[in-house]
Amino acid sequence: MTTSPHPGQPGTTAAPETGPPHAGRLVGARPEPGFEITVDGRPVTAVPGQTVGAVLYANGIRSWRTTRFGGRPRGLFCGIGVCFDCLITVNGEASLRACQIEALPGDEVTTG
Amino acid sequence: MRPPDAPPVRDLAVVGGGPAGMAAAVEASRAGLSVVLIDAAARLGGQYFRHAPPGFHARRPGALHHGFTRFTRLAEALGGAEEVELRLGHRVWAVEKVAAHVGDGTPVGAGDAGTPARTAEDGVVAVHCLAGARDERRETVLARRLLIATGAHDRPLPFPGWDLPGVFTAGGAQALLKGDLVVAGRRVVVAGTGPFLLPVAAGLAAAGADVAGVFEANGLFGAGLAMITHPGKLAQGAGYGLRLARHRVPLAGRHAVIAAHGRDELTHVTVARLDRHWVPGPSRVIECDALAVGYGFVPQIELATQLGCATHADRDGSPVVTVDAGMRTSVPGVYAAGEPTGVGGADPAEAEGRIAGLAVAADLGRPVAPVHRLRRKRARLAAFGGALQDAYPVREGWKGWLRDDTLICRCEEVPYARIKEARALGAVDARSLKLLARPGMGWCQGRMCGYAVACLAGEAQQAPRRPIAQPVRLGDLAGHPEGEDPR
Repeated sequence: MTTSPHPGQPGTTAAPETGPPHAGRLVGARPEPGFEITVDGRPVTAVPGQTVGAVLYANGIRSWRTTRFGGRPRGLFCGIGVCFDCLITVNGEASLRACQIEALPGDEVTTG
Repeated sequence: MRPPDAPPVRDLAVVGGGPAGMAAAVEASRAGLSVVLIDAAARLGGQYFRHAPPGFHARRPGALHHGFTRFTRLAEALGGAEEVELRLGHRVWAVEKVAAHVGDGTPVGAGDAGTPARTAEDGVVAVHCLAGARDERRETVLARRLLIATGAHDRPLPFPGWDLPGVFTAGGAQALLKGDLVVAGRRVVVAGTGPFLLPVAAGLAAAGADVAGVFEANGLFGAGLAMITHPGKLAQGAGYGLRLARHRVPLAGRHAVIAAHGRDELTHVTVARLDRHWVPGPSRVIECDALAVGYGFVPQIELATQLGCATHADRDGSPVVTVDAGMRTSVPGVYAAGEPTGVGGADPAEAEGRIAGLAVAADLGRPVAPVHRLRRKRARLAAFGGALQDAYPVREGWKGWLRDDTLICRCEEVPYARIKEARALGAVDARSLKLLARPGMGWCQGRMCGYAVACLAGEAQQAPRRPIAQPVRLGDLAGHPEGEDPR
């Protein structure tokens, strides 16, 4: 069995056991070639136009910050830029909303 | 005389590129007005018509939507209209009316820099935006008329474990799916109240998720009577029902997810049967890695309240902007359409947008056709929206799902115990609760917990008082065009 490193991304032929499903087939997507971004140094694949939060989720990363007081993990919640749960650091810039910013080739995402 | 670098004054600024805002821009531009359409997102459509980025080259972009052709028609009409300028990726943080100083060249606006002198026979609205995703820059758009078409966001209720990664608002799971084609999880539970749960579950199931159940806290057929008078809606609801049946998704009324569990991520939920007050009865545990949960919607009206527009309580108690038959608010020159005037969905929003666009044109002296039919349509659709609000209320019993350590405010990590302490200290309204226990003081400014906090205070929902609608750097606030970053 070949295991895709990017199982949840539309446009990748993934073994269904290895990641979340995606809606690429449903909408008849023929995605452009993906590009890489890194998450704590680990490369993951993005489809042009996807948000950073979606790229992380598609690659099985569901939380990327811890809360100030309880040290609890947080990831996506409202998905539309309202709740600020998904704050993330990209290329050293902190407090960006992962659900709002588009991933760009070479982005370096740090979690924590 | 305007300085040469001054931005032009449009006839109409529309904030919000969803069904209402798009329809308004189309009608206003057809009537000959110059229009600027502003939206925070990278693509038009708002939440309802959120769709994948062009990089996916989707052959069936509407497969996840109901009535996507309406979006493509609106987008084509806007694309062909030279009088419409699109400002996408622009987050509006403040709006203000700026007085007209006819010909005296006095600068007006939020800051001296970047805001030009105005000449106009009636007031001008300044719309202050932050443009760009990472390299934020301040931009101000000026217009003679403003339409607020800012939509709504999910209305969550707190429950134990709702802060675990893997728990989404219903709209959040839907946004990830429609906007990025990513499914929230492999095995997903959908819960809450209202007709919106059905398309969310149907979309997830169609995309390949194993939807372990849809749990409607009210009766499953609560809207039955209203549906009979709206055959189109009945067919739409039946269509979702059929699609869920085809994927063998179990549907249960009078059930709710009363707790989410997992160490660092969601692994299972507790689903309980509810009585008619939502007091939980027998429960069971369902394994899942994602939960999409929503209890209705909160209209986004802070731009209207910034300007002092009158509001009133909608049928479900939500503060909404008061408008007349032409969607005019109580503040001259300011209009509102769509969810900010009452949650009803995309259909009434589009009708209201058209009415508003035509009303602005008429008010600026352009000849427009009478809108009796549109108004009748709007009245019919708004009545249906009201009937849905009546059919899917939030019942008191949800407070019994809370435990002392359940977070009420996610941002400031305020547990229920501290809300109770504050109440014991005499905080009997949401404002004193906020001052004593800090719920609503964080990044989201109470958008997520505001409804719950008002309920826990035993108070009616209050209109938002947010002088700033988006987080903004101190430098931008102070008016420096470059905006020094204080972080």
